[in-house]
Amino acid sequence: MQSDSLTFIFLNTVLANNFVLAMFLGLCPFLGVSGKLNTAVPMGIATMFVMLVSSVCAFAINKVLVALDIEFLRLIAYIAIIASAVQLVEMGLKKYSPSLFRSLGIFLPLITTNCAILGLALFQTFKEYNFSQSLVYAIGAGTGFFLAIALMAGLREKLLLSSLPSVTQGAALSLMLGGLLSLTFMGFAGLGSL
Amino acid sequence: MSQRKSDPRITWDSFAEGLWKNNPVFVMLLGMCPVLAVTNSAMNALAMGLATTFVLVASGYLVSLLSRFIPRQVRIATYIVIIATFVTIIDYVIQAISLDLYNSLGAFIQLIVVNCIILGRAEAYASKHSPLKSVVNALGMGAGFTFALLCLGSVRELLGAGALFGFDLFGAQFQPWIVMVLPPGGFLVLGAWLLLFDWLKQRREQKQLAISGEQTNAV
Amino acid sequence: MINKSDSKVHSLATVPIPGQAPSISMMVVLSSIAMVSGFLVVLISQLTAPIIAENQRRAIERALVQVIPASVSHEEFLLQDGKLLPAGESATGESVYAGYDANGELVGIAARAAAQGYADMIHLLYGYDPACECIRGIRVLKMAETPGLGDKIIKDANFQANFDALDARVDMQQMALANPIITVKHGSKQHPWEIDAISGATISAKAVGKALNQSAQMLLPQLQPLMQQIGRQEQQP
Repeated sequence: MQSDSLTFIFLNTVLANNFVLAMFLGLCPFLGVSGKLNTAVPMGIATMFVMLVSSVCAFAINKVLVALDIEFLRLIAYIAIIASAVQLVEMGLKKYSPSLFRSLGIFLPLITTNCAILGLALFQTFKEYNFSQSLVYAIGAGTGFFLAIALMAGLREKLLLSSLPSVTQGAALSLMLGGLLSLTFMGFAGLGSL
Repeated sequence: MSQRKSDPRITWDSFAEGLWKNNPVFVMLLGMCPVLAVTNSAMNALAMGLATTFVLVASGYLVSLLSRFIPRQVRIATYIVIIATFVTIIDYVIQAISLDLYNSLGAFIQLIVVNCIILGRAEAYASKHSPLKSVVNALGMGAGFTFALLCLGSVRELLGAGALFGFDLFGAQFQPWIVMVLPPGGFLVLGAWLLLFDWLKQRREQKQLAISGEQTNAV
Repeated sequence: MINKSDSKVHSLATVPIPGQAPSISMMVVLSSIAMVSGFLVVLISQLTAPIIAENQRRAIERALVQVIPASVSHEEFLLQDGKLLPAGESATGESVYAGYDANGELVGIAARAAAQGYADMIHLLYGYDPACECIRGIRVLKMAETPGLGDKIIKDANFQANFDALDARVDMQQMALANPIITVKHGSKQHPWEIDAISGATISAKAVGKALNQSAQMLLPQLQPLMQQIGRQEQQP
């Protein structure tokens, strides 16, 4: 596979260089919201959507910034885009699915500080992807995040019924699980040589 | 807008709070992303810690100074603009100091802007206290964050590369535990540290229970 | 500046809704903070720009001396549409570095190459000697390979020995390399255009081969006829 082909970018971002498990982005929701599947899944989908919107807007804004030679404003511009995208999603959810809106609660505005989204915008800029590559990169990143958070939620739900030493409750357990998941996903490395 | 209803005196606690009792990483579990990503060596950990401390102190000072003039509705947006300014500044400064360091820290310097610690402290502390007190608290939080980063960075570098701050400690025969400098290692080492602290806390609580008899321990 | 906006807020504070600041004051505060921020950022970026440029120049110089050992000074050119233009003009194109010895004679050229390795892209600089029509050395500029395994492409002396004289002759038609550069299994190198892989780190080693082949296939056939043009270093007054 060519290393800049769309299929490669997608598979690489979902599996080999998973945003959460390999690049350490989006850890706060990964550790915080992954207690139950029915909060993790909507969180994953909401994040995916924000990623898509932010990626497209960031691509456009970056073109403008480069053209005007004001690239030092990139960080502030990207944050503004992400905050607006989150606001958009919040309003949409409030209107079309109020129960989901309520169940996600405080975590929805916290997507703004999710480093995965800003990381996505920054990485696609550094890698100088064109529009279709950026789009696929965003879809891949979202899918990878969703996969990681869903897996983690599934594991933690199962573990609720097992007897563990009391010391391991809470964050320590999530981190150990995360470490094992990360180790597993390392097996996908080397996709490029297919 | 925000009222200065808090104690204006600067105590040792305003500094030390961030070091141990409310350590941003080990207790509040904030700012996880850089903690795992840039701690594959002690030098990176230290640099990241110092950079974050700079942003914490500078933005804390400015937020505290301007909090009277910032309308409530736009306060988060304003804080973010202030934080982003200082992050961009430190980004250029690190590039000027050492290109190698900049390349190893990568995009995580710019990701300091979404580090929940900074926004959290601006909202919860800097907007409600005097500038000097905010600076002291920010220094404490930054020190606690750097301490946590160094805990991870040194363990990972020691086990994963047999070195500390680039100084080879064990010689050529040492077979490094490579996974420690890779992503899974980050998760596992942090998990191990949290386990340790939780266990120590449990032991302390049990001792206190034993000493005080029926007195229940409020956590 | 802060006092001015303070008084502005008070004078415009005919608040109809209790607890809600009027939009004007919000905009004033946000825009003044934005202006101060912008000013600070521009100031710092201007102050640090020359230092950063100097750092980058020194880093490239170090790499160039490593891949063209006999050189003492370098010039950068851009290859565009089969022509070599001096770098710095608003031309775009592939960067090619020429290395000159103390007499201003061309001793080698260097170019960048990149390919996907195990973890991420591997970026390298390689030196080409027109006298022997071979690649004389590589230097990895950026990589994220597994420490202890993939990073052997930097540390393993046997792997580095591949690049003492890696054959990169151009074929008769001057359209491609006579023999594509290829990474072969560890221990099975037979021809001077092959790279002996590192056992246990084949993916990283293969990436190096791929990167070199891609870059050489594209650049060297175009550069051959242009060597004359850069044969002597231009003396800048």
